Amino acid sequence: MVEKKEDLINYLETMLKIRYFEEKVSELLGKDLIKGTSHIYIGEESVAVGAIAAIREDDYIASTHRGHGHCLAKGGELKKMMAELCGRATGYCKGRGGSMHIADVAKGNLGATGIVGSNIPVATGAALSMKMQKMDRVVLCFFGDGASNTGGFHESLNMASVWKLPVIYICENNLYGMSVSVKRALSVTDIAVRAVSYNMPGEIVDGMNVLEVKEVVAKAVRRARKGDGPSLIECKTYRYYGHSRSDPRVYRTREEEAEWKKKDPVESFKKKLLEEDVVTEEEIDNLEESIQQEVNEATEYALSSPWPSVDELTCDVFFTG
Amino acid sequence: MREIFYWQALNEALREEMKRDEHVFIMGEDVGPYGGAYGVTRGLYKEFGDERVRDTAISEAAIAGAAAGAAMTGMRPVAEIMSIDFSTIAMDQLVNIAAKNRYMFGGKTTVPMVMRTQGGTGRGVAGHHSQSLEAWFVHVPGLYVIMPSTSYDAKGLLKTAIRDDNPVIFIEHKMLYMTKGNVPEEEYTIPLGRADIKRKGNDVTVVAYSRMVLLALEAAGELEKEGISLEVIDVRTLKPLDMDMILDSVRKTNRVIIVSEACKTGGVAGEIAAQIAEKGFDYLDAPIIRVAAADVPIPMSPVLEKAAVPSVEKIIEAVKKVIS
Ligand SMILES: Cc1ncc(C[n+]2csc(CCOP(=O)(O)OP(=O)(O)O)c2C)c(N)n1
Ligand SMILES: [Mg+2]
Repeated sequence: MVEKKEDLINYLETMLKIRYFEEKVSELLGKDLIKGTSHIYIGEESVAVGAIAAIREDDYIASTHRGHGHCLAKGGELKKMMAELCGRATGYCKGRGGSMHIADVAKGNLGATGIVGSNIPVATGAALSMKMQKMDRVVLCFFGDGASNTGGFHESLNMASVWKLPVIYICENNLYGMSVSVKRALSVTDIAVRAVSYNMPGEIVDGMNVLEVKEVVAKAVRRARKGDGPSLIECKTYRYYGHSRSDPRVYRTREEEAEWKKKDPVESFKKKLLEEDVVTEEEIDNLEESIQQEVNEATEYALSSPWPSVDELTCDVFFTG
Repeated sequence: MREIFYWQALNEALREEMKRDEHVFIMGEDVGPYGGAYGVTRGLYKEFGDERVRDTAISEAAIAGAAAGAAMTGMRPVAEIMSIDFSTIAMDQLVNIAAKNRYMFGGKTTVPMVMRTQGGTGRGVAGHHSQSLEAWFVHVPGLYVIMPSTSYDAKGLLKTAIRDDNPVIFIEHKMLYMTKGNVPEEEYTIPLGRADIKRKGNDVTVVAYSRMVLLALEAAGELEKEGISLEVIDVRTLKPLDMDMILDSVRKTNRVIIVSEACKTGGVAGEIAAQIAEKGFDYLDAPIIRVAAADVPIPMSPVLEKAAVPSVEKIIEAVKKVIS
C-alpha cells in the first residue's frame, strides 16, 4: 500500500513524541518529580503507532501498564498526560490514576491498567457492545507477552471467536514479563500460535517496523469490520529500559540489548524516509526540535499545575447525577 | 541484639524453613534470580535452585490453585502474589478451594500452604497497587491471616505459618521492608493468635496492625509530651484474633481506638470494634473510634493518597476525642 507523505511524517512525529516524552518521564522519575512508577515504552514505539494508524478515530483501544505510547498514538495530549503522571488536578484523571491508569475515553482510549491482562476482557466487551449496537467500530487490545499467560487472555479469545467480535488482540512481545524471560514462562515460542486454539488468524510481525505493523493490523481490522471476527497479532519488539523504576536488568545481557537497538524503530524509519526522499535532514531536525519543545512545555505545564483538592477525595466513587 | 531489615527477616525465615524441611518450596512471579519485587527471596534461587524457587508466568489463579494442590499432596508451598491487589485473580482458588477443602472433605485433607503478599499505601502507585484487602480473607472460614509490623514478628510468624497445616495468608507492607528491628540469631517462632503490646500505657488503648502500629507508636510518643499515655496493641494475627489481650487492655484504659489502613466500611477494625462492644461494653467510658481509610480507591497523587489513609495527626485527633 502506498502511503501519503503526510501520513509517513505523522508516524515519525508520533514515534518521536513518544520517545521524547518517555525520556522526559524517565528523567522526572529520577528526580522524584514523578512519584510512584512508570513503565517506559521506548523501543516499542512502532507497535502503538503502526497499529493505531490502521484504525479510525472513532475506533477504540484498550491499553496496559506500559501505556503512554498507546495514549499518545490515539491522539492523547502531552500536557494532560504529563500532568497526570505528576499527580496534578489538570491531568487526564485529575491526578487519581497516574501513569498506570491513563485513560482518554473521549478519544477512544478505554484506559491503561495496573492489573496485567485485565484490559483483555474489557476490550472484548467493548467489541461485543459495538456488535450489539450495530456500529462498525473495532477495538484494538494491547497487551504483553506476560499477559498472554493470564486466564483472562484465554477466556477472552475464546469468547471473541465464538461471538465473532470486532476486536484485534495485539501482543507486544518484548521477550520479558518483568524479569522473567518468555523462554521460562511460555509454553510456546510464538504467541501467535495461540490463535489456533481459538480458531482465529494469528500473525507474527516485526514490531520494530511501523509500516509492517500497520499493514498487518489493517488486514485484521478489515476482517473485523466486515463481521468476520477477531485476530491475534504478535509484534516482536523490545523494551530498552528496565521494567520500571530501579530495575538493574540482571536477567538479560547488554549484548542482547545492543542487538535490538540496531533495529531501532525510530532511527530505522527516519533512515527509510531520508533514503526515499520523503523528508530532508533539515525537516527532521526541525521536527525533533519542535517536539522537544512541546515536551518541555508539557513538563512545565504539569509541574506548575495545582495539586488536586483534598475536598474532592471521594468524588466520583459513584455516579450521582 | 542485631538489627535487620523486615525483608531480611522474611528472607531468613524462608531460608531456615527450606533448610529444615525439603518439602517447603517457593513459587511466584519474579521470585527467582530477580529475588522478588521487594527483595524478599534474594539469594534463595542461588542457594536452593530452580526446583525449589520457581518463577511462574503471570498466572495468579494457577499460582494459588497449584499451591493448594501441592499442599494437599505432600508439599508445603509458599506462594507469592506480588501485590494483594492481584489476589483478586487468585481468589477463587484461595476462597473456594484452599480455605474450604479440609472442611468440605470431612476433615480428610489438609492444605498446608502460605500465600505471601504485600499491600498498603505510601508509594504513589494508585488504586491497583495500594490496597488493604485483609478483610476479604478474614471473612472466609478456613484461612488464617497474618500482618506483621516488625522484623521480629515477620520472621517468627512466617516460620509458624509455614509449619502450620492450614492455609495462611501472610500480608506484608510495602513501606515496612526497609524498616529495621531486633531479631535474635537463635531460632524462634511466634504462635498464631497472640497479639503483642508494643507500648504499655494507661489512658487509651490503640489497637493497630501492620504499618499502622508504627503510626500509633509515633502518636504515643507525641502524646506522652502532653501527659497522655497510650497502650499500643499490635494485633499481628487478624485470624485467629487475640481478643483476650485487647479486652484486658480496654478493661484497664476504658477507651479504645482502632487503626487500620483499609477502607473503613466492612473492615477488620469494625470486626474488632464489634467484639469489644459484645464482650467489653461495660469497660467502655467512651464510644469506640475507628481511624481508617476513606471509602475510596487509593488515588495516585501524593496529596490525595495521604488524605485517604490514617496519619499520626488523625490518630492524635481521635485520642483527644475519645478522652474528651
Ligand atoms: C495481575 C498482575 N500480576 C502481576 C503484576 C506485576 N507486573 C506488572 S507488569 C508485569 C510484567 C508484564 O509483562 P508483559 O505482559 O509482558 O508486559 P511488559 O511489561 O513486558 O510490557 C508484572 C508481572 C501485575 N501488575 N498484575
Ligand atoms: Mg513483556
